[in-house]
Amino acid sequence: MFDGPEPIYIQIAQMIRAQVLAGELKEEEQVMSTTQFATTFRINPATAQKAFAGLVEEGVLYKRRGLGMFVAPQARERLLADHRKRYFEEVLAPALQQADILGIPTEDVVAYVLGADKKKTEES
Amino acid sequence: MTTTAPFGARLDDVVVHFGRSHRVLQNGTMVRDEASTALDGASLTIRPGAITGVLGRNGAGKTTMLSLLAAFTRPTSGSVLVGPEGAQEDPWENPWITSGTQLVRESGDLMTDEKVSTSLRYYADMRPSWSAETAERLLDLFEVDVRKKPSALSRGKRSAVGASIGLATRAPLTIFDEVYLGMDAPTRYAFYDELLADYAEHPRTILLSSHLVEEVERLFEDVVVIDRGRVLLAEPADEMRARGFSLTGTKDAVERIAGGRRVLHRQQLGATVQVTLEGALEDTERAAAREAGVEVGSVPVQDLFVRLTGSGNVPS
Repeated sequence: MFDGPEPIYIQIAQMIRAQVLAGELKEEEQVMSTTQFATTFRINPATAQKAFAGLVEEGVLYKRRGLGMFVAPQARERLLADHRKRYFEEVLAPALQQADILGIPTEDVVAYVLGADKKKTEES
Repeated sequence: MTTTAPFGARLDDVVVHFGRSHRVLQNGTMVRDEASTALDGASLTIRPGAITGVLGRNGAGKTTMLSLLAAFTRPTSGSVLVGPEGAQEDPWENPWITSGTQLVRESGDLMTDEKVSTSLRYYADMRPSWSAETAERLLDLFEVDVRKKPSALSRGKRSAVGASIGLATRAPLTIFDEVYLGMDAPTRYAFYDELLADYAEHPRTILLSSHLVEEVERLFEDVVVIDRGRVLLAEPADEMRARGFSLTGTKDAVERIAGGRRVLHRQQLGATVQVTLEGALEDTERAAAREAGVEVGSVPVQDLFVRLTGSGNVPS
């Protein structure tokens, strides 16, 4: 757990974002306290605190005085919008670049995308 | 007087010599015996309320430094200040400070000829912030028979008693000096869990020296590395982790992205090269690495520690 190249607090924030995106953490649902987080993952409480502070600033979590941290309303939509925007830059652009290196014509890529799309429509 | 605010600490150019450190040569000049210099100009600030890891190789001066903070030792020169923010004092023969400082060493710091329960009563009387409930629960968890004398306990159990005392004291400055020695892995992890849980509920300043860096590095907010009697670095743990990174990929691509950075370590497996480099990557370099299929990884604090203290280099 948390052994990627980024600082641990960034990895914690990523994990919580992923849980919200996947619907594992629902809006208005309470997230683990700093103490629970620290003891569960055996990390310094200040590290968890730093991750939470970042997520509050992003509008993913909000604090209820005396009760703890909760998932903000619209947190999922906000994250979806953000990730959709980044999908093109971070996922699709490198994939197209790779296609270029391999000499795959753009028409073939487009044909594949349309084909996959058609298959998906038929299945549903 | 009871003090509950977490203690900070400051060392300024501290030198500690042990034993008869002066020799007079035949021509009459006096020389200092280097072997007896435990600290050689150490300066350091300990942040109140944080868990700080004190790392260093054997003989680097960790124990001497921790003993200074607990007023078990006096500096030969330089100054030591301990106490709550804005009210730090020299801890030597200063009960106001020492009653708020608890140093636990591997031995568990117990009275050798008395039952463990007698030592516990002593600590309960001495420490205004003592939690009898915590002591009882921890000793139960570590399965320690308090009716025994320390000599009848295994090394691991003695360490566990020390760890329990250290936590139950809830001192504004709690120092664990390699307290884990002799504990088996499950006991050590139980200790880390208890430490974090109790710290989260009762914030205080905790210093933990260890060379099992891999096990403990995530407990730390700050890290101090001592090397040959000096403070090599003292900074937030995240900053220390960011001092290096690794690149894995084909030789040409890795070398291109590495640029002119100092190589701390290099490993080659067939056509794949892995290098550990000093510094950090810019966003553009990170993108370039992704495009070239070069994997960017973190360097465990353990490795950074070994490399920083291994060849005597002082990081800028």
